[in-house]
Amino acid sequence: MRIPLRWLADYVDLMLPTEELARRLTTAGVEVGAIISSAGDWAGVTVAEVVDIKPHPDAERLVLVAVRLGDDRTQTVVCGAPNVAVGQRVAFGPVGTRYINGHTGERTILKKVKIRGVESAGMIMSEKELGISDEHEGIRVLPEDAPVGEPLASILGETIFDLDLTPNRPDLLSVLGVAREVAALSGSKVRDPSIVYEATGEPIRGRAQVDVLDRELCPRYVAALVEGVKIAESPAWMQQRLIAAGMRPINNVVDITNYVMLEMGQPLHAFDFAGLKDRRIVVRRARRGESLRLLDGMDRELSPEMLVIADGDDAVGVAGVMGGAESEVTEETKTVLLESANFRATSIRRTRQALKVETDASKRFEKGLSVHLPPIAAERAVKLMVEICGGRAAQGLIDITSGKPKDVRVTLTQERLQRVLGVELPSGEVRRVLEGLGFGCRWVPPDRFIVRVPYWRTDVSIADDVVEEIARIVGYDELPTTRLRGEIPPAQRQPMRELRERVRHALAASGLREVITYSLTDLPTLQKVLPPEDLATSPPLRIANPMSREFEYARTTLRGSILQALAKHIRVSGGHLISVFEAGRVYLRSDNDLPHEIETVCAALSGRKPNRWGQPTGEPAGFFEAKAHLEHVLAGLRVAAEYREAVEHPYLSGRTAEVAIDGRRVGLLGELHPRIAASFEIKQDVAMFELDLEALMPHVPETVHYEPVSPYPSVEEDLAIILDEDIPAGRVIGMIEDSHMVRSVSIFDVYTGPPVPKGKKSLAFSISFQSGAKTLTDEEVAEERRRIVQRLRRELGAELRS
Amino acid sequence: MTSVSDPISEIEDAAMRELAVISDATQLEAWRLSYLGRKGKLTRILRGLADLPLEQRRSLGAEANRIKLRLETAHREKLARFEQDRVAQVTEGERLDVTLPGPPLPRGGLHPITRTLQDVLRVFESMGFQVAEGPEIEWDYYNFEALRIPADHPARDMWDTLWIDCEREGRRSMLLRTHTSPNQIRIMERTQPPIRVVVPGKCYRFEATDPTHEWMMTQVEGLAIDDGISMADLKGTLAEFARRIFGEERKVAFRCDYFPFVEPGMELRIDCFICRGAGCRTCGRTGWIEILGAGMVHPEIIANAGYDPDRYTGFAFGLGIERIALLRHGVDDIRHFYANDLRFLQQF
Repeated sequence: MRIPLRWLADYVDLMLPTEELARRLTTAGVEVGAIISSAGDWAGVTVAEVVDIKPHPDAERLVLVAVRLGDDRTQTVVCGAPNVAVGQRVAFGPVGTRYINGHTGERTILKKVKIRGVESAGMIMSEKELGISDEHEGIRVLPEDAPVGEPLASILGETIFDLDLTPNRPDLLSVLGVAREVAALSGSKVRDPSIVYEATGEPIRGRAQVDVLDRELCPRYVAALVEGVKIAESPAWMQQRLIAAGMRPINNVVDITNYVMLEMGQPLHAFDFAGLKDRRIVVRRARRGESLRLLDGMDRELSPEMLVIADGDDAVGVAGVMGGAESEVTEETKTVLLESANFRATSIRRTRQALKVETDASKRFEKGLSVHLPPIAAERAVKLMVEICGGRAAQGLIDITSGKPKDVRVTLTQERLQRVLGVELPSGEVRRVLEGLGFGCRWVPPDRFIVRVPYWRTDVSIADDVVEEIARIVGYDELPTTRLRGEIPPAQRQPMRELRERVRHALAASGLREVITYSLTDLPTLQKVLPPEDLATSPPLRIANPMSREFEYARTTLRGSILQALAKHIRVSGGHLISVFEAGRVYLRSDNDLPHEIETVCAALSGRKPNRWGQPTGEPAGFFEAKAHLEHVLAGLRVAAEYREAVEHPYLSGRTAEVAIDGRRVGLLGELHPRIAASFEIKQDVAMFELDLEALMPHVPETVHYEPVSPYPSVEEDLAIILDEDIPAGRVIGMIEDSHMVRSVSIFDVYTGPPVPKGKKSLAFSISFQSGAKTLTDEEVAEERRRIVQRLRRELGAELRS
Repeated sequence: MTSVSDPISEIEDAAMRELAVISDATQLEAWRLSYLGRKGKLTRILRGLADLPLEQRRSLGAEANRIKLRLETAHREKLARFEQDRVAQVTEGERLDVTLPGPPLPRGGLHPITRTLQDVLRVFESMGFQVAEGPEIEWDYYNFEALRIPADHPARDMWDTLWIDCEREGRRSMLLRTHTSPNQIRIMERTQPPIRVVVPGKCYRFEATDPTHEWMMTQVEGLAIDDGISMADLKGTLAEFARRIFGEERKVAFRCDYFPFVEPGMELRIDCFICRGAGCRTCGRTGWIEILGAGMVHPEIIANAGYDPDRYTGFAFGLGIERIALLRHGVDDIRHFYANDLRFLQQF
């Protein structure tokens, strides 16, 4: 909402400096988003009088205009405007003036030029050149009484508050409403605009008829009739105010309806009375299949949920949204039927959403206007029509309403005020603040106020609303600030969150870079990285109104996102090893319920391993580099995972493992199938792993249980065996670990090739034997070692390597 | 090889002569063994004393002990000098170019949003708030209706919504939560006062992106409800938060603002740390930077939770982590956070 300060000053004395006023309004909840000064660039531009117009000797469409300036000098200007006329007061900019080029829209400085051989002393400026509007057809004509020589800024200059309003305050969508705030904040009084006029016409009753068929959607309908209006341009002052407030002047009648809407916040509509069939207004729901051409020239299909304004036959407007083209006020209009009504806010909102048309009227109605307002605004508009359009007002108004609307009264106790604000305020101050805002306030001893809410404050209905009114005018910063006291609630554990954060930190510490990617993705990406059966059994949730195809589905895996991020990193990595991970949720559809949101982790790495100097070597990082990170994380969580070869899209078979704990899958680890990598425009090997934290959680011990450190020495033994190549080392390790005498076992060599026979491999282990109860003798260790070798031979066909 | 009958002073002289030219620890150890070791010359003399006549034993013993002490002292000093030399200077071949880098360890790190979120949560945890979480895909009920934003309420325009394509009773009812505020309701449903909780999480809006707008964002919701919590406590809590995150010298200011689920509602602003209140591009020339929205929990919501609204009051706030990260790190475009450019992320 744009509030021109000159206009505002009609209703309230502006005693504070502009910046300070803006600050106080903002603090009180009426945010001044910007202070716009239209006079900013008008240095040197003054009022001039057109005294003579001669044709240009060398150009048919140009004229030479003589303008009289402040010091009674006369200068000649070459001008092409069609509307220039002798006697006009105009805005004259001499050479050197800053202006906006009418054709390019750029800020320019006026240079001394000859136009078709004639030198121009300056320019007569259009609104576009002045930066007021886009109007560039003709020059801006100033009021006839504008004093020649005055700086233009003092005639046209406007300082405008551009307000960013909250949806609870439709009353502030009006200059008068803002004036009330200013008055309350600066301790001054509001001057209400006059609604007094002389009704010289016939009574409205019997001449026009209004039937409200749906009182629910139209709680009040006020109609007035003004006859004998002369349609013309509205006076310059009114046009100027409309422009300053951001509206385009049309004609005097329409301008008055807009003016009063901006002034009081009540949308009005003027019908050409002659265009209303049966001289009748019917407020009803639209008929099925009914359509209407609106003022914007577009035909709209209406539906029975929508409220329309109709005449004896057809809809002539969509109630509270937009009028129809046929009953529009035109130059021929003689009699105007003025509508000032109240419509159900939710209905207006639904209608304008369905019609996809938002207007100044619908913006106000949908926020809930006061039912008190229509007759006041109607009278104000009629008064202006009588004064400006030369009309005769019919006597009386048609006012259809379901009973007299009641005042809202709220009881506010001192106790409540103190409980909410944390401070006791003197009752005198409370009264001063509330009365300043137009509230009625009666102190009822010993402890409460009875507060009458002014009709325009449809947002205030309970005691705490009144508390806010008091607090915001006193100023939140003026109220006390304290530290939270009281009992700290008992702790509730968040095991999933704790696990996720541990994993996140461990991954970062192991050398992976965290990324955060969008939770929405597209179907092709999901299809690339998920087995088709997964997509079939758990189809991703679709967004009904996606911003783009790229973000149409809630992701059911992090794989696609992480690969996209990896691909992006690879482009700028110069072959270096890139390692990224994300910890985030995936969303799995549930029947008739919110989706199951599963915390998952996905990591990917790609690139060549670094040498001593951190330079990429020839050797690409792969499965085992990824596994190193995974092992780091799982070791930190004190869980022992098994890795079992697995086949799983989009991983590369033979280089993929299922990560399991106690036989349950908790994740996957492997190299990405090169074809899938290529589909993400990655032309190098990628290794990945992922963990389902929900599956992992039950296996993570809450605490570590201390095991006594054995005071007895350990005996280290190496063991090298030869066995079939396809037996995984993990099985061998498992068997060795089964021995009660083995404290730890680690593998230190894997070898194939001569002299190891084809199809066989050699594995070498370092085994640490130790007992918690005694020092093991050489014989005991040798015996246990023999038992282990026997078992490996028996169950795996392994032979000792000599 | 010296026999027991050798004059003992010769042993002393020879030992001291030899010691003088010893230049490394290995030679020194050999020297020590040859004189003072278990089978050393001096040791042997001392051991042979028992066989000598008493008088000779006495004089020779005293002399031998004196020499032993002297050699031991000389050995200790020499050893100490060697140690000192070794610390002072390694031999030429062992010297390192200390400016060379260490071999590369993979360098990982957390996302700047994760870091900022942690810092913010830590502040509130230290004030007794617990961390909880809630679903990102929500019912309309929790995201809007229970927060006093019914369908067709004009305040719905404050949150442009991404809806899930599924209908219940002919209406869209599932959505990507537009804020973390649904957790106010969820927490009240499962807890009794006193309540002090912060809820971090991702939120989503139907929004075109630009340098200050992103359609996915990370918020932290705060909720405190108890007998005796006032707006003064809310101001104190938020002021403390602002100072801890943005620095002790930060000035904070509060202004009235509107959210349907609080009354009174407010916005917290801090003085711009770029221009220190003078007005610049970062603060839109106002000298103040908007940090978060807050307010006293609406009494209707307190009552709907089944708490006595005359007794229990509380406050709620919601803050955007991206905005705080932008301000703290001087990032000029919010889109950097989720664009995942390595060159951006590596700076954190």
